[in-house]
Amino acid sequence: MAQYLVLIYGDEKAQADSGPKVWEELHAGHVAFGHKYEHALAGGNALQDTSTATSIRKDGSGSFVVTDGPFAETKEALGGYYLIEAADLDEAIAVAKDVPMPNGGVEVRPVMVVDMDR
Amino acid sequence: MTLAHTSAAAAAAVAEAHRREWAFVLAATVRVTRDLDLAEECCQDAYAQALTSWAADGVPARPGGWLTTVARRRALDALRHESVVRRTLPLLVADEVEPAADEVLAAAEGTIPDDRLRLICTCCHPALAQEAQIALTLRLVCGLTTGEVARAFLVSEPTMAARITRAKKKIASARIPYRVPSAGELPSRIEAVLDVVHLVFTTGHTAPAGADLVRRDLVERSIDLARMLRALLPASPDVAGLLALVLLTDSRRATRVDSGGRLVLLEEQDRSRWDRQEIDEGVALVRAALSSAPPRRFALQAAIAAVHAQSTTWESTDWQRIVGLYDALLQAWPSPVVALNRAVAVGLAHGPAAGLAAIDALTDEPQLAGYSYAAAARADFLRRLGRFDEARLAYDEALLLTENATERVFLETRLAGLP
Repeated sequence: MAQYLVLIYGDEKAQADSGPKVWEELHAGHVAFGHKYEHALAGGNALQDTSTATSIRKDGSGSFVVTDGPFAETKEALGGYYLIEAADLDEAIAVAKDVPMPNGGVEVRPVMVVDMDR
Repeated sequence: MTLAHTSAAAAAAVAEAHRREWAFVLAATVRVTRDLDLAEECCQDAYAQALTSWAADGVPARPGGWLTTVARRRALDALRHESVVRRTLPLLVADEVEPAADEVLAAAEGTIPDDRLRLICTCCHPALAQEAQIALTLRLVCGLTTGEVARAFLVSEPTMAARITRAKKKIASARIPYRVPSAGELPSRIEAVLDVVHLVFTTGHTAPAGADLVRRDLVERSIDLARMLRALLPASPDVAGLLALVLLTDSRRATRVDSGGRLVLLEEQDRSRWDRQEIDEGVALVRAALSSAPPRRFALQAAIAAVHAQSTTWESTDWQRIVGLYDALLQAWPSPVVALNRAVAVGLAHGPAAGLAAIDALTDEPQLAGYSYAAAARADFLRRLGRFDEARLAYDEALLLTENATERVFLETRLAGLP
């Protein structure tokens, strides 16, 4: 078994502009997903939108620059994630295809296994 | 026989076994190593050992079995010393528990599993970019060196090496499984495999740039791959369609370019020099390919090629049937290029004015704007209609859009021949 992070990207503006019915459907979609893949889920969260984000970078002189906004400005922003357990990429892709993604898509990334004995 | 004789015979047998058995030997070895690089090394060692062993002891009755046994034995030796050289990539995921290593070799040679479908499905996994799928297929399934793959796709060897290394790393790190996809997934996965084989063929059949119109090595590799898939998946109409298409297209190879290297159009090709054997095999396969309803892309493309292959002259071509097949192809696999080919067929069935109208109906297709064949086909219909000034402009446009030297000579000749 391995772990994969499923990053959910979407158009925040389209989502924000959609009515309460769409929000309810999305919520119900995630609840259904959570039930269906209870055995495979190791974690997951929805994120507040990127207007609430704060980015921190190191500057050249050893201190920090703190700025308002996401790390990278993109049309489709990271809106949430699931951490899933899967035997291989095919299994992970099959689970990821069921994640509700009304205004975008998902990215599947294998979690790196760090060998502490090394 | 002299020693030189026997080593030459052994070298020929090894070369033959490399072409015919590489995929089998590597696929079976990967199951033992679950590491692509190690498996490749072990197979290369086995082929090197074959050169000396076969010269000394003769060529074995089943070269593939001999090579696989040697390669897998090498793999087990390497794995025993694995703690010495720590591997850099995680093991490949295979879908079943492997028997203990020694049991694998203890099993009779005849029971070596055929893992070629696993190997090619792994190489053509949709999580890999298509250019990486092609590179891996040529390297791992066909056994080409990185340099050979690089030359085939006109990129530098370090670029190709980096592409292959990156793809192998993704297979291991993202855990792309070494497995035949499930029955539900198999059709779409085979489609990706067929696309790769077809791209290898078209790259060889019409080299995109440079002096050679045909790269024989790539054409032969793609036919080998299609034959291998046909043997592995005899019930698949898509596989039958692809094999038919490459055979029927390849059957005209001797007549596509004249002795001076100039492109010869289908219209002017000497049909008596088409490869009858490939045509017969291709036509028989078209029947199998069309057995699925509705017929699919490769089956229809092969059926079109079969109509040409079976016409004794250009004039006697059943253009109505070809237009009908293109109509079906547009349904099964819509694309501007198919629409263009259909328009050309319309012109041949109903005259240049109808053809020109059909091409002009496609002017909004952005994909055709930069496509030399669109301009060339338009130029040809204008020439036939006697509209020479417009034809001249269209030939100029086509010339701007192609870098293939042979095609350029053809277009320049046509342009110079205008009154």
